Amino acid sequence: MEIKTGVYICHCGINIANTVDVEHLVEAAKGWDTVAVAREYKFLCSDPGQEIIKKDIKELGLNRVVVASCSPRMHERTFRNACQQAGLNPYLFEMANIREHCSWVHSDKELATKKAEALLRAAVRRVFYHEPLETKESPVSPNTLIVGGGIAGIQAALEIADSEHKVYLVERDPSIGGHMTQLDKTFPTLDCSQCILTPKMALVGSHPYIELMTYSEVEEVSGFVGSFKVKIRKKARYVDEDKCTGCGLCQEKCPWKVDSEYNAGLGKRKAIYTPFPQAVPNIPVIDKEHCAYFLKGTCRACEKFCDIKAINFEQVDQIVEVGVGSIILTTGYDVFNPSAIAQYGYGKYDNVITGLEFERMSSATGPTGGEIRLKDGRQPKSVAIIHCVGSRDKNYHEYCSRVCCMYGLKFSHLIKEKIPDADVYQMYIDMRCFGEGYEEFYKRLCEEGVNFIRGKVARVTDRAISDEEKGKLIVQCEDTLLASLMRVPVDMVILCVALEARADAERVARMFNISRRADGFFLERHVKLDPVATPTDGVFIAGCCQAPKDIPDTVAQASAAAARALAVISKGKVILEASVATVNEALCQGCGRCEELCEFHAPKVSRKNGQLPVSTINEALCKGCGACAVFCPTGAISVKHFTRDQILAEVEALIEV
Amino acid sequence: MAALTPFKDAIDVVVDAGGDPFKLCYQCGLCSGTCPWNLVRSFMVRRMIHQTRLGLIDFEDEDLWLCVTCGACVKRCPRGVEIIDIMRALRRSIVGLGMAKVPDPLRITVKNISGTGNPLGEAPEKRADWAKSLDVKTFTGNNDLLYFSCCVPCYDANIRGLAQATVGILKKAGVDFGILGVKESCCGEAVRKAGNEGLFQSLAERNIAAFRENGVKNILVSSPHCYHSFKNEYPGFGGNFNVVHTTQYLAKLIDEGKIKPAKEFKKKVAYHDPCYLGRHNGIYEEPRKVLASIPGLELVELPDHHEDSICCGGGSGRLWMETKKGERFADLRLEQALDLGVEVLAVACPYCCTMFKDSAASMNKTDVIEIKDISELIQQAI
Repeated sequence: MEIKTGVYICHCGINIANTVDVEHLVEAAKGWDTVAVAREYKFLCSDPGQEIIKKDIKELGLNRVVVASCSPRMHERTFRNACQQAGLNPYLFEMANIREHCSWVHSDKELATKKAEALLRAAVRRVFYHEPLETKESPVSPNTLIVGGGIAGIQAALEIADSEHKVYLVERDPSIGGHMTQLDKTFPTLDCSQCILTPKMALVGSHPYIELMTYSEVEEVSGFVGSFKVKIRKKARYVDEDKCTGCGLCQEKCPWKVDSEYNAGLGKRKAIYTPFPQAVPNIPVIDKEHCAYFLKGTCRACEKFCDIKAINFEQVDQIVEVGVGSIILTTGYDVFNPSAIAQYGYGKYDNVITGLEFERMSSATGPTGGEIRLKDGRQPKSVAIIHCVGSRDKNYHEYCSRVCCMYGLKFSHLIKEKIPDADVYQMYIDMRCFGEGYEEFYKRLCEEGVNFIRGKVARVTDRAISDEEKGKLIVQCEDTLLASLMRVPVDMVILCVALEARADAERVARMFNISRRADGFFLERHVKLDPVATPTDGVFIAGCCQAPKDIPDTVAQASAAAARALAVISKGKVILEASVATVNEALCQGCGRCEELCEFHAPKVSRKNGQLPVSTINEALCKGCGACAVFCPTGAISVKHFTRDQILAEVEALIEV
Repeated sequence: MAALTPFKDAIDVVVDAGGDPFKLCYQCGLCSGTCPWNLVRSFMVRRMIHQTRLGLIDFEDEDLWLCVTCGACVKRCPRGVEIIDIMRALRRSIVGLGMAKVPDPLRITVKNISGTGNPLGEAPEKRADWAKSLDVKTFTGNNDLLYFSCCVPCYDANIRGLAQATVGILKKAGVDFGILGVKESCCGEAVRKAGNEGLFQSLAERNIAAFRENGVKNILVSSPHCYHSFKNEYPGFGGNFNVVHTTQYLAKLIDEGKIKPAKEFKKKVAYHDPCYLGRHNGIYEEPRKVLASIPGLELVELPDHHEDSICCGGGSGRLWMETKKGERFADLRLEQALDLGVEVLAVACPYCCTMFKDSAASMNKTDVIEIKDISELIQQAI
């Protein structure tokens, strides 16, 4: 059959046309073998643009199409669909990326045009060898895995479970709730964090469609969208979940005290504990690292006092395997440790504390019962709130943590509410109050009489140079609006610390086969247009694991991720990659190298009807990565759509001068 | 109210002189808050950067000559603004284009260096006089090491001791070294920061040529300023040499057992981190290690140390300019040491040595505190 290729070059407005001579490409393409038609257009991805291609396919009988435009990641699907609609197999299409790979990165028009011509020529030569391919379908598991039980995970779990689809919610800590349970009131409406969160936690705990796995961690993930297999380690609680009634007597009687993580180290918990009274599930765990029985072999006080015999020191970790169609990661954030900024004196001065520590102090459920106190028990009469600690700073994190301005303002309010005569200072660089009701909250705080000093704090010291400063912490900074240096003596300093990626984000990203940005957070598929998807189909992200954000944005994103997971379930099938590996059985020696290499377990060597062993590819598992094809010693394996002929034709065209 | 239009010509002048890092500044004021000048008087670094950005900088303002290039602000700047480059560009604009008058003491010093190769205006042929009685060899291509003492110890009788101590140690350790004497010139580090790029480049070329002609590969320096220019600036002009500071070299000699500080020195000593050794080049531990090797010596830290060290006030040409009593960083630093009951303030830089000796004298404290270069303390101990 005669090969008739249609070549289409996109201006992309001025994105391509300003740097690449589009007319020249058209003229060049017209002279190449197999090219039946070559045209240019302002925006080929638009409806009229696609119409041009469809019309040519039908009227000129084209059997190959090449579009030179943007990245295939952007519009390959668009043009494949256009081909299909015109009756051409979508795999008889090829795209030349002359925007991201050419016009955007070059400025010399002559050289850029030359490069674009080479890229176009390569695509035309390659498409000659393309073959029509058919896609296959695979069924979808209606279950969803959610990793992380903070507000994002809770929201996503409830959205999905309320539609009567099963959710496995895995949480590393003994209770769900995440950072939000630690907060006092929340900006800008000042509703109590626990009051709005605990009802949702309770719903999760009792929901018939949610299987809650706390004190558990995902260990291994395999499979692909629609049919992931996940291994989850349920750590031994040493408390029988079926028997325990959550009476709390064990915690009361346990003699061993440990710093409470929930109270940010400000209070104590026991070695057997639930993180806080409203924990879901209300079942304690024994902290092996601090339990006297595990350390020294004696005590077992909890066991003695538990009438229903729920304590079980013999419990071991369990591995549970579940099958799910999609996965939502809501693993949250870590709080920046400000001791890295030595000049702020965290860890050196008793009354320099972090925002999270202040939240616990100010919370009615905290160790001081909501009283704001200095280390020695006195009430502070002056407080400095330092913004941007570890954020917007290239020495630590360059990004803005987005919540600190607002929680800093909220702290002012909480202090003023409890200690009306206290002087409160906000040392800030820029006030970023961008959300709904945020600017209004800022205005309200101004009315409450907070002192705003615009300047990044240089140092917190206890070296007094006057009587007024004695016994105080002195905050030094330039008030940039006055252009004068300030020494502000205060009783307490609160550091508005940055939100940062989880310390183990790299490990988690690898496990779920997703990427991270340079700042450590998980990378979304498209920063604007696809913010909850990841490059791995069926794996979605929401909340602060993607980037620092406030509660409203987290909840919105979690609902969006839930909608995406439900869309996978609702469709009920996934289209499998057509460009999979294939074995030429005449060449295959059955050596099994492919089987060893493939991380998706797609190839399998077997004897068919008692003949010599040969490899067969399970197309549902094959990702088309090509590792087996490269290693196959006899050249028996090739990957469809990436055949030797196709690639060599492309490379030869590129190096032709 | 005057209409504000950025004065483009003035902006371009500064950008051409290498000052474009000002574009990154987001005006947080951390530089002003960190700058040691604000411990003694007002010096609005942030405001100067803003004025530069708008082309409204006053080139006549004498504050332009204050910055000692200690690097404290640069180290902490959240935007990574190379503030020293901005200061240098402002001064280059003045020196190169005559935008304003260069302060007299600086002008005279630069003239001295230009004419005699040293800031004191002393005769070049006397450059090796400090070593006369010590039987120090002139460097030949066969020696392992060139000792480059810095101009200050060459000509200043009060500071000479540190160079003499250094050669004494080298001899004792059996190191094969020499000096270049008249063939060497000022390294030019401070000249460059003071805005005289042309003179710096000619000094660099002269020294590089002298090092090359004499087959120099390894250079031992007493001054962190020489260290900085040889190591970080000369490669830009084709001069690539192995440069080592005396404190690094002494630490190595002690490690290798080539010298053994054995004599007891029962005194309370604090070490002052020189800006160009510490913040600019990250050398903090070797000087402390060397001091700690002296038996009986009690090493204490000043309140501001390592990256937080406060400049002696002598950087960027300030060594040659008069600073008013009450505004001298060296006085602050000495007070810190005196408050701790320190008997010897150990330094590792001829500039620091000069500044602190002047301060001790002007504060009438020479009887309670001594200023010693680390090389002098080691020589006493071996």
